[in-house]
Amino acid sequence: MGSSSSTSAEGLHSVRTMETTSKNLDSIVVIGAGECGARAVAELRGRGFAGSITLIGEEAHFPYERPPLSKAALTAGADEKTPQPVTVADEARLADLEVAVQTETRVTRIDREHKVVLAARVASGEASGDRPGATAGDGIRDEFVELPYDRLLLATGARSRPLPIEGAEHALLLRTYADALRLRAGLTAGDHVVVIGAGFIGLEVAASARQRGCRVTVLELAPRALARAVPAELADMLVARHVEEGVDIRFDVNVERIDTVDDGGFVVELASGPQVPADLVVAGIGAEPNVDLAAEAGLECDNGIAVDELLQTSDPDIFAAGDCCSFPHGLYGGRRIRLESWRNAHDQAVVAAVNLLGGGESYVTVPWFWSDQYDLGLQLAGLFDDAAFTVARDRADGVSVLFGLADDGRLVASAAVGAGASVAKDVRVAEMMIGKQARPAIDQLTDPDVNLKKLLRAED
Amino acid sequence: MANWTRACDVDDVENEDVIAAVIDDVHYAIYRSPDDEYFATDGFCTHERFLLADGLVMDNIIECPKHNGRFDYTTGEGKGAPICEDLKTYPVSVEDGVVFVDLG
Repeated sequence: MGSSSSTSAEGLHSVRTMETTSKNLDSIVVIGAGECGARAVAELRGRGFAGSITLIGEEAHFPYERPPLSKAALTAGADEKTPQPVTVADEARLADLEVAVQTETRVTRIDREHKVVLAARVASGEASGDRPGATAGDGIRDEFVELPYDRLLLATGARSRPLPIEGAEHALLLRTYADALRLRAGLTAGDHVVVIGAGFIGLEVAASARQRGCRVTVLELAPRALARAVPAELADMLVARHVEEGVDIRFDVNVERIDTVDDGGFVVELASGPQVPADLVVAGIGAEPNVDLAAEAGLECDNGIAVDELLQTSDPDIFAAGDCCSFPHGLYGGRRIRLESWRNAHDQAVVAAVNLLGGGESYVTVPWFWSDQYDLGLQLAGLFDDAAFTVARDRADGVSVLFGLADDGRLVASAAVGAGASVAKDVRVAEMMIGKQARPAIDQLTDPDVNLKKLLRAED
Repeated sequence: MANWTRACDVDDVENEDVIAAVIDDVHYAIYRSPDDEYFATDGFCTHERFLLADGLVMDNIIECPKHNGRFDYTTGEGKGAPICEDLKTYPVSVEDGVVFVDLG
């Protein structure tokens, strides 16, 4: 077993890391079998770790990708064929990697003193772990497991934020494959679907529901869509497209309550204005990091499980990665951020694996994500919060690529909306420039005849 | 057996870039390297079904526009996660300003 797990001062981390790696690292447990957990176990083997690896997940499925759940899983094969989850690593692959997988297993406690994870099997069927009001006691079967660890990775992800209103239980949430199947089954052509929240999940669900022939109303509390991360001009382009597709999208709307009606439908009551009848209500009002286990184990939490740039928690033998953790970002002045995206889950998994093995690699990847709605694709790199001003490169195809720059001229963010993945190349080059902390000349950045790759290479 | 098929004109692809070519309803990706050599591969990423022609070419690497899976487009070799499977490549020849691909 590794060295004792008392919380040490910052300065001791690296020393302990080296010792533990060379002498006493026989078993690694990964809690959370999503993109992040699955990538991490594969990377651990890829880096030559020969000890035991256990991957624990609450759902019945082997690790799968979540991005399709709001898109293809809802729209594909509308001819009644049930879409299967897109696997990250299937049973055969994980067996090949000699990873012990514990599906339908919920960790109930981390005993840091004895370095043991205590877990319970959860009832068969679709364990979402995501329902409002779900607690550690829900659905637990009388079957417990104890898993000793030398090093532990928390990849516990996030859960849908429950609606803080009366009747919240009538709204479907979307986080898991089971949630997607439930929602998909409710998307009957001609029915009226009310989506609460004009964030990414809400807008993607709205687009999918329209594609399934539903009538769709989106109700958003804020004055505009995607207010948290996306510049208004791009959010407005997506909203315009929803309106074109016939979606009734309303802002500054405060939903007060969801009631059932006798014929099986619902009514959504608003703080002001007439009630909105619905055949189906979906809520997408954001996500909350799953920090309960970490917090109960006494690990530091701050809008997520707090880790340092090595993704190490306040216990040097415990790391956290993906949606569940908040980390200081070197490109943004060491500001602590938390990201909910496929890329972050994937890339942090790799860095966590390296550091679980004592690698000492800092996570400095530029934040990046995408959203697909109808035939439009948004891509966004960096953080617009940190931009003092924004400039645009207007391409010949009508796409406008936005660049956010800091006061000192440093490129800190870029984003664009276009058909399919037509904005991918430019946003990707911009992302690399952000990573290099480039200070490009504005006239060149905004000139569509200047190849962005040239500006990138000028930084070398 | 060789099956040389016209894919595009040389000027259709910019230097160090890629375009999509659809031949008999099948998607291919046609690349022009920094040295103005031409290459061809299957059109879709081997990870998930996204068109590589939307991705970024840097030197001899094509990167998928969605998940950043990378391939050497001159050989088809996958360059690590999330790529598990190499990309199929096709012989290319250029004659009179036209790029031909041998679809076999």
